[in-house]
Amino acid sequence: MLKYIDEFRNPDLVKSVVSEIHREFSGKPIKLMEVCGGHTITIFKYGIQKLLPDNIYLISGPGCPVCVTDIGYIDRVIALAHIENVTIASFGDMIRVPGSRSSLQKEKGHGIDVRICYSPMDAVRIAEKNQNKEIVFLGIGFETTAPAVAAAIKFAADNKIHNFSVLSAHKTMPQAMKALLDSGEIDLDGFICPGHVSAITGVHIYDFITSEYRIPCVISGFEPLDMLLSILMIVRQLNRGKAIVENQYIRSVREDGNIHAMEMMMDVFEPVDTEWRGIGTIPGSGLGIRQQYRIFDANWKYNIEIEPVREYTGCICGDIMRGVKVPTDCKLFTKTCHPEDPKGSCMVSDEGTCATWYKYSARD
Amino acid sequence: MCLAIPMKVIKINGNEAVAVVGGAEYRANLTILPDIKIGEYIIVHAGFAIERLDEESALETLQIWQDVAEFDQEKQRRKSNQ
Repeated sequence: MLKYIDEFRNPDLVKSVVSEIHREFSGKPIKLMEVCGGHTITIFKYGIQKLLPDNIYLISGPGCPVCVTDIGYIDRVIALAHIENVTIASFGDMIRVPGSRSSLQKEKGHGIDVRICYSPMDAVRIAEKNQNKEIVFLGIGFETTAPAVAAAIKFAADNKIHNFSVLSAHKTMPQAMKALLDSGEIDLDGFICPGHVSAITGVHIYDFITSEYRIPCVISGFEPLDMLLSILMIVRQLNRGKAIVENQYIRSVREDGNIHAMEMMMDVFEPVDTEWRGIGTIPGSGLGIRQQYRIFDANWKYNIEIEPVREYTGCICGDIMRGVKVPTDCKLFTKTCHPEDPKGSCMVSDEGTCATWYKYSARD
Repeated sequence: MCLAIPMKVIKINGNEAVAVVGGAEYRANLTILPDIKIGEYIIVHAGFAIERLDEESALETLQIWQDVAEFDQEKQRRKSNQ
């Protein structure tokens, strides 16, 4: 019986795909971008880049949800945390992300109440058990996470848990990919598209990239065989002058995605303009909470004012997330910026490009 | 945040599944993937089951490369016998 893990790490199959890539690759330099933190980890953990011909370059885009969360959001969270009776509930990674002047972790020393959650439903349960407190959940993540947060908000609405709210910084991926292409800063030959975002949205969200920009897109799974197969599929498209959306991750991604999850997400959220750390404001790329659920919207519930934001001097996380630079271009990387004391968001999360480079290749 | 590891559903209690991988048990909310059954493999993200794994599709992906790998190995054997 399949377990869906070891089979996709089979060394014999991996060798075959690698030799097929070497056989089919034209030799003309190409740049492929992945926009998923999970893919960044697979590439580094399994040394995928080193298995490829020299002229295939893999670059990481803005696929780490913690990394793309703007500094102003962190500053607003810290301001919120200092309001009397407010408890912040969050995925663990967010605690260490530096804002302009501090992080949640540092502020814990000043008496704020922060709880780490595995699921947004954990935050709802905390609210249920602590009626005298206001629980604010930090809603970060892409289309993969937003339906879960929407489900938590609907649960709170159905059960009248009114001391629960969400500060949404949710983002959607296609608009960010469009913004990267429109910036003209990078010349891409293919996108390795995120597997679990696509499991929710279906395969058609990338159609505009192939039709308008003529760039091949392949939705990929997360095991080494998946990533290599996806790279081979892009190489083959390029060889044949094609630009289409292909789905390598057919075992998890259906053509129309998870319709139930999409309906849940769009019932609670609506598209809004949002700020991406290092990229700026991208129109329609955020998910704001709809009017009918506004009592669960921390932005509506609290009047939060913050001082002007400031980035850590010398940090180039923004350039790294746009695929323009790599961590070793940064003067802080491994010197003053490392996982124990991150200066930029890319060094905080396990899915961050700098953290991944540090863990798997800083000592090469 | 993104646990890309498939887990096997061993129990379902109402709106919640218990799923296992490598001996560890996880709870998975089934609100956005309601029609899951015991024995199926699921992807869990932020405490929610987001999609099931389709065995037939997985085998399809593997089979093509199993054939290519066997062909490569056979070629290699013939070469070394020459």
